[in-house]
Amino acid sequence: MPKLITQVGCPYCGSSCDDIEVLVSEDGKRILETRNACVIGNEIFHHVSSPDRPKKPRMRQPDGSTKEVSYDEAVDFTARTLIKAKKPLIYGFGSTNCEGMSAVARVAEKAGAVLDNCASICHGPSFLAIFDNGYPSCTLGEVKNRADVIVFWGCNPMHAHPRHTSRYSIFPRGFFTNKGQMHRTIISIDPRETDTAKLADYHFMLKQGHDYDLFDAFRTVLRGHDIPAEVAGCKREMILEAAEKMRNARFVMIFFGMGCTHTDGRNHNVDIAISLTRDLNSHTKASIMAMRGHYNIAGPGQVWSWQFGFPYCIDLSKGTHAHMNPGETSSIDLAMRDEVDCFVNVGTDAGAHFPIEAIRHLKKHPFITVDPNICMASEIADLHVPVRVVGVEEPGVVYRMDNVPIQFKKVIDGPEGVPSDEEFFDHVYTRMCELTQTEPTWLPVKAHAQVSTFAEN
Amino acid sequence: MTEKIVLNMITQRAIEEGQAMEKGKTTPEYFEACSIVEMNPEDMKKLGIWKNTNVRVTSEAGSVVVKAIEPTQYCPPGLAHIRQGVWANQVVPPRTQSTGVPQYSGFPVTIEPAVNEKIKSALELVQGAVGLWKGGNS
Repeated sequence: MPKLITQVGCPYCGSSCDDIEVLVSEDGKRILETRNACVIGNEIFHHVSSPDRPKKPRMRQPDGSTKEVSYDEAVDFTARTLIKAKKPLIYGFGSTNCEGMSAVARVAEKAGAVLDNCASICHGPSFLAIFDNGYPSCTLGEVKNRADVIVFWGCNPMHAHPRHTSRYSIFPRGFFTNKGQMHRTIISIDPRETDTAKLADYHFMLKQGHDYDLFDAFRTVLRGHDIPAEVAGCKREMILEAAEKMRNARFVMIFFGMGCTHTDGRNHNVDIAISLTRDLNSHTKASIMAMRGHYNIAGPGQVWSWQFGFPYCIDLSKGTHAHMNPGETSSIDLAMRDEVDCFVNVGTDAGAHFPIEAIRHLKKHPFITVDPNICMASEIADLHVPVRVVGVEEPGVVYRMDNVPIQFKKVIDGPEGVPSDEEFFDHVYTRMCELTQTEPTWLPVKAHAQVSTFAEN
Repeated sequence: MTEKIVLNMITQRAIEEGQAMEKGKTTPEYFEACSIVEMNPEDMKKLGIWKNTNVRVTSEAGSVVVKAIEPTQYCPPGLAHIRQGVWANQVVPPRTQSTGVPQYSGFPVTIEPAVNEKIKSALELVQGAVGLWKGGNS
């Protein structure tokens, strides 16, 4: 009898849905069916049993071809490469659990590396704005139960977070929003008429790159001043009407995405969005949230802030203290200035998602990819180490976009002999200690847990 | 009709891209989903091309051949969209305004018809950029 596993977490977008149901074959090895997941989540669960999936590390040979090697060799190569490098860059973590992130952080500290995550090319500017201006945010549960005006600024959840609108923001019936969509006013701000904009009551098709102007117009109106007849290509009347809706709302929720952080202005766009939220709070309740892209990309921000005091762009190469200065210690800038001499890509695909010039620079030095799948970064790497898929074959803690931690489950066994990110990097750490004849300064999480339980008893 | 047109480029996510990416970046689905540029029919008219014609997109950072299609989500004249991924990143400028984030959206590109040019595969573009491509030019 196939077994139905319920309340499974989905390892795709920042919505981190935890209501997926997965039908697993009797031997617990194959996924037969998924329920509740979006098309992308469904694809992830089914892709794990793809016959093309690599199950052994592959090392690049001098002629450009690849050869399968053992995991011990892969651990040794990674450890030696990291020790040899003066300033390695370890980047990624869009798709792994917090346990894996903390294991990599231990390795990074040992290697004197720069530790960075996908926020660096995504919501990094949001971090900068949050440092400067604060983050009056809430949980997605509060959005569902309270928010009656929802603003999607430079984000398109219908494509990037397919179930966000049905679980949290547009359609669900909440405690104070019991009529669901009927109870909510949706405002979309996007230079294209996206599928999210089509669901909106007001769509501001602003001139691309003029987000700051439009935010400023909303602030000006809410403070009782007049604005020009047209701002950023949007009509004054429409701005006044939408501002009035916000003012009279019971709870305004602003979601913002890559439309703000990928374009001119970067952190300043987010900064003024936060200021708008603050202004709105003198009229009603308002809150703001970054539409984080991956199911656990809020994780490294949490884990590394706890370990080193900073969420991303962490330069550990000084050996004495951690240093963060995006623009200087961010992956793309480091790559473009040729300041790193080794690149480790973990649980992401820099090969496909970095501007190609940055990849050309990084590829001048040893390039290691740790990822379950064949991707662009694996196909140009000197070493590709396949690992188990978090959320499908490996359990762990993940942080949803609202920084709520969720324990993800494992639904099937991983391929035999394939380690998790955490196991692989714990081995690398041990091997680095052996090679440098030093004592480990960190205990692996599992060993730490045993020691603390022992001490408590 | 002109030979070239300058448009403002944005590169963002699409659900087709997300699904294809999870299936695998070397699959035909990923190629179909991402090796395209969405542009307004008016701009196609100005450029003198039909929809589904190959075009060369050139920015300050590089150049790539993709297929011009009518927008799947409305794109006003003057704006063009390549879905995020391998093809988009051939032209995305790596300048970051000191924030770490490249200029993924809002950079000028020149678009010209490239009817006789072939669209390269993801693997050819990325491996080719770092001198690992062994598959020839076909």
